[in-house]
Amino acid sequence: MHGLADRRGHAGIRVTVESWGRYPKTAQRVISREWRDEPLAIPAGLSVLAHGMGRSYGDSCLNDGNAVISTRRLRRILEFDPAEGVLRCEAGMTLDEILDFCVPRGWFPPVTPGTRFVTVGGAAANDVHGKNHHVAGCFGNFVRAMELLRGDGSRHVLHPGQDLFRATIAGLGLTGLIDWVEFQLKPIGNRWIDVETIRMGGLDEFFALSRESEPSWEYLVAWVDTVVSPGRGLFIRGNHDTAREPSARTAGKKPALRVPFDFPSFALGRFSIGAFNELFYRKQLRRVSRQTVDYEPFFYPLDSLLEWNRLYGKAGLLQWQCLVPWAGGPEAVAALLKETHRSGQASFLTVLKTMGSKPAAGMLSFAGPGITLALDFQRGGETLKLLDRLDSIIAEVGGRLYPAKDARMSGASFREFYPKWREFEWFRDPAFSSSFWRRVTEA
Amino acid sequence: MSFANRRVLIVGATSAIAQDVARILAGRGCAMVLAGRRAERLEAVAADLRARTATAVHLLEGDLAAIDGHDKLFSRAIAAAGGLDAVIVAYGVLGDQKEAAADFARGREILDANFTSAASWVSLAANLFERQGSGHIVAIGSVAGDRGRKTNYFYGAAKGALDLFLQGVRHRLAPKGIPVLCVKPGFVDTPMTAHIPKTPMFASPAEIAQGIVAAMDSRKSVVYLPGKWRLVMFVLRNLPEFVFNKLNI
Repeated sequence: MHGLADRRGHAGIRVTVESWGRYPKTAQRVISREWRDEPLAIPAGLSVLAHGMGRSYGDSCLNDGNAVISTRRLRRILEFDPAEGVLRCEAGMTLDEILDFCVPRGWFPPVTPGTRFVTVGGAAANDVHGKNHHVAGCFGNFVRAMELLRGDGSRHVLHPGQDLFRATIAGLGLTGLIDWVEFQLKPIGNRWIDVETIRMGGLDEFFALSRESEPSWEYLVAWVDTVVSPGRGLFIRGNHDTAREPSARTAGKKPALRVPFDFPSFALGRFSIGAFNELFYRKQLRRVSRQTVDYEPFFYPLDSLLEWNRLYGKAGLLQWQCLVPWAGGPEAVAALLKETHRSGQASFLTVLKTMGSKPAAGMLSFAGPGITLALDFQRGGETLKLLDRLDSIIAEVGGRLYPAKDARMSGASFREFYPKWREFEWFRDPAFSSSFWRRVTEA
Repeated sequence: MSFANRRVLIVGATSAIAQDVARILAGRGCAMVLAGRRAERLEAVAADLRARTATAVHLLEGDLAAIDGHDKLFSRAIAAAGGLDAVIVAYGVLGDQKEAAADFARGREILDANFTSAASWVSLAANLFERQGSGHIVAIGSVAGDRGRKTNYFYGAAKGALDLFLQGVRHRLAPKGIPVLCVKPGFVDTPMTAHIPKTPMFASPAEIAQGIVAAMDSRKSVVYLPGKWRLVMFVLRNLPEFVFNKLNI
């Protein structure tokens, strides 16, 4: 955190704000929004952008040289219908806070990404998906209403079907500031998940297991090795448990570990990741293991290690997540894994999942039918070159990248991946902008 | 014994710390009276509590700094909840030390808001609780009240005076076994400190709120929050002036 550029009375202070990837480094004013009745604070001559937990990996939650409006104080519930499971809450409430509230009451978020430390406003603005995409779709499919505050001071309560709603879901915070979101929760019997973990030897097995599991398993994901033997890995499928008593809804909070310092950059090198992958793969001796686990380690294995991004050192990490359509997709995934393996760049967490066909609610939604592959790397020059090569593989089959996880795709690529961006520009609020948006539309 | 199922008045219920205290106490079955200046904000806090708990939440809109009106507001609070078992005084303003130093009228506003009006609420609570022979008083002071510093001596003097005032009230109510708690938070990440860059010394309002309720559970007299401030302030209080006056803090 650096210097205090403004004195009291000015709107916000200028500080370094990091996204989860810790790259790029930017400086912007931070304005805290405390109450819904406050007018939107827009410093003269600057653009603004809502900023929640900053868990987007790249620069879509940053606004270099301008201002961000922190929504972390907007964390109140407006209304909860315990019979229907409809929650209306302020946009800065996190999934963590929502889970603490709704799980003991027998409800669960309809869609959850891989971390519970995201705000509900961020979940809507990125139209996040989770392990249940093949049956449920994205978060935006469950949003019933939201209130949008525009730079001109106007307020709009948006509903599905409206154009401004379609622009705001997955709108990367660029259509205005979301003050509250109303969404549908899903009923659960208890907090436990029945899980099967299956060893798979390669991509063919992955696709066969996905086909077999989709009709009867709500949560599907695979962890894939890219270092030792690309394509092998563990296929994980889960369902909410129905056998246990509802009283099994509450559990004591486990103490979270915090990564205390930036790791040296060699800590996640090719050899240590290779060794880890080998162990992870071998830890399971049987081909199939069955267990019932708490929802927390199932959905949020990394959340117990707070600030795990510091493992990647000061250089930061680069995530790369693509979607490829079914036509040509399986071959593209094989090519992507092969190219990564060949490059010698080690991806620590490589995640593969088949996606469903439910149409997404947003104009710029990332998710769609096909296969998604997520890789992450310590940032470096060679990595950037590799990612450019991966981009061209997915471009050939009509795939796309996830803006929430991107810090480096070219403007040309973005515009090719998201042809509706021009239509979206109609709905963008002229007072709002982001580092990401300037990067992909101006370059 | 844990503090639960009581009738609690929070004066300054829209402050960041107070909102989190209210969540914890409402969750423990306490009926809440939320006093503050702006009805729509009290309503926002109340809606959140009502969604979380089945407990009664009453709203009390009024100018908390206007001492002339305290009597009436306090009676309304008692009437709303059908009596009170605890009063938490949770408002304060940091003010602008530079302006206050240059213009005493501005300085007096800081003293009145943080000390005089807070002392008035504590007096009303003390009189009620002494009469009924039970109760619990909590007021939010500050580590700034432990030693005068050039950067905030108006605010610090008011919080220090409040600390002394609470000592006296505690002495008076001790025979009745009524706890009087002075909370001394260090740096808290709240609207009051929005203009200050955040360092690892900053705590969240939720952390402070948990500390306050824990101190109420154990009927403490003074609590530094987070606890490390107890040591920091012990050192700072005991620095001789010839050293202290060279520090730029």
